[in-house]
Amino acid sequence: MNAGATHVETDVLIIGSGGAGMYAAIEAARAGCSVLLVDRSLIGRGGATVMAQMTVAVALGSETPDHWSFHYNDTLEAGRGLCDERVARLLCEEGPACIREMEEWGIGWARKDGRITQAFAPGHDRPRCVYVDFLNTGPAVSKTLRGAVTRSKGIRKAGDLVVVDLARSGGEVTGAVAWHMSSGAPVTIAAKATVVATGGLTRLYRRNSASANMGGDGYALALRAGAPLVDMEFVQFFPIGHLAPRLIGMDPIMWDPFRYKLGGRLLNSEGEEFTARYGVSEEGRYITTRDVATYAIVKEVEAGRGSPHGGAYLSFEHCSEATLRHAFGPVIDRLAKNQIDLTKMPIEVAPIAHYHMGGVVADERMATEIPGLYVAGEAVGGANGANRLSGNAITEALVFGRRAGRSAAERVRRMTAHSFDPQAARQTLDLVAASGEANDVNTAAMIERLQATMADDVGPFRTEAKLKRALLAMDEMTGALGERPMGDNKPFDLRRLEWFDLRNMLLVARTVTISALARGESRGAHQREDLPGMLPQWRLNQVARLGPDGVALTPVPVVAQAAAQ
Amino acid sequence: MTSIARLKIWRGESADAGRWEHYQVPFEPGQSVLDALRWIRTTHDPSLAVRFSCINANACKECMIELDGTTVYACTARLAARDMTLAPLSNKRLVRDLVTEIAPPAERFVP
Repeated sequence: MNAGATHVETDVLIIGSGGAGMYAAIEAARAGCSVLLVDRSLIGRGGATVMAQMTVAVALGSETPDHWSFHYNDTLEAGRGLCDERVARLLCEEGPACIREMEEWGIGWARKDGRITQAFAPGHDRPRCVYVDFLNTGPAVSKTLRGAVTRSKGIRKAGDLVVVDLARSGGEVTGAVAWHMSSGAPVTIAAKATVVATGGLTRLYRRNSASANMGGDGYALALRAGAPLVDMEFVQFFPIGHLAPRLIGMDPIMWDPFRYKLGGRLLNSEGEEFTARYGVSEEGRYITTRDVATYAIVKEVEAGRGSPHGGAYLSFEHCSEATLRHAFGPVIDRLAKNQIDLTKMPIEVAPIAHYHMGGVVADERMATEIPGLYVAGEAVGGANGANRLSGNAITEALVFGRRAGRSAAERVRRMTAHSFDPQAARQTLDLVAASGEANDVNTAAMIERLQATMADDVGPFRTEAKLKRALLAMDEMTGALGERPMGDNKPFDLRRLEWFDLRNMLLVARTVTISALARGESRGAHQREDLPGMLPQWRLNQVARLGPDGVALTPVPVVAQAAAQ
Repeated sequence: MTSIARLKIWRGESADAGRWEHYQVPFEPGQSVLDALRWIRTTHDPSLAVRFSCINANACKECMIELDGTTVYACTARLAARDMTLAPLSNKRLVRDLVTEIAPPAERFVP
């Protein structure tokens, strides 16, 4: 082994400790495997799960009769014809079992008269979304899973561990090469099965609703390991992300649950409800899907009818103090500390990068094309097609995590020994152990520049000219970043971390951009202003692979299956 | 409406080998201490180490530091137009600058 690198072995390596990673760990441990659960941040704190505010879509039928096939139909409808029906079906069919297991673990889903409450959300045919009050779904899911991880036997947890590359030998993934942030030490990990559960890519955008960890790490790891990605052009913008006034200690997607419970009115600068102009007459109800609402707000701003900071107004002025307190309790006090009184003023909202529909290609076992490599959660592509239905993100984290953990354990049972090859890991290890020469790139500023490029030129509304301009900017940044990380192996060197982050972010940003450039139509979250309208011949998925000449795309037919039932 | 916060920030990898650095940060009322730290990294010194994930939501609970001797979350403490002293948590092992070892022992990797 390379001098100076710490080597560890495990049956199952899980990268990322959000909802998907923790559920995968619990499930693999339950099957008798040793598990190493790693996270670039603290365990169970830094992913997207902890940020979730409210809704988890699941056909429980606790208040209104429901069946997973109705949820499945809504998911396919929202996906605008592009869902991979194998994984979409898995999400809907196994959702109820995971939600009930979470209840057994003590999450405390909100209840009314003894029954679990299910809220109505846009795009669903009936009330279907469970939640934990108040705005506490994500923290409660994280806490519950952290508890279950702690009670499981055989899970070793390792925070501050940044996976730089997956290790491969003989055409299989055999573990990973990592860098330990808080000591600076290089680390090699041998694993019989590896699960990528790193979440999405919203950090690529200037305004986003997720944590600083969501820079598309898993997509880059998969690409470099030879696994294909799908639907990378489809980035979901959440239409009513908080814009103004400055609000601290609150997640920018908090207005979503407010609209679920209280309706609210989305207004332009002239005080008009405007979504009807774009095909949906809301009249105080929360029924416009995310892609249409994003489009409507951006177009109102372009037409000169935006709010002062460049968004729309959202008003709950029709609600009394008592109504607000009944619905959101202590959250109203937190708003007051930010000088916001919803009974007297509207707030400003605007679209914000929220979720990525694209991801690593996986079958219904969460197995990728590369033996030994599994994916879970938002890192998986295909389940949500061109547009994700509200509430499906936490559900898929749980369902896909559980399934990936189970599949990883099945592989471990078939394997007798590790096949980690130190020689094959050497190139990455050299990179991790490198002392970079002086380089005056401000990595934090370059990340902001990339975020600006993505927001301005690869946002929800695209043109060929903007996308090409974005690619040129990425070329320039890639050149400036250089081929060796700066700094050396000192503890918590954020410049070095950001160098590795940019290595991933630039690869993933490029993949999103070329996918958007190639799709010759507008569909769901991908809107080409120069190519309006959805075309039947584009009912295709685009698959991206990393080859010797960079990322290349192949159009493939949508994976369909027999109708539900 | 721009005001200036005068920040004094601990830099270094151990309590006996470090120094205080001073920064003047322009801000608009309502901004957080974490906003200032991120601004310093982007405009002046990306080597300034601070631990955070969620940026603004106070969900990850990673950005604990000492502000004028009191433990705060940098994402919810507000900037003010005065001298502010930012130090790592004094009851945790210092890793670098404002970063301390805050993970529970069972969740740490020991190389």
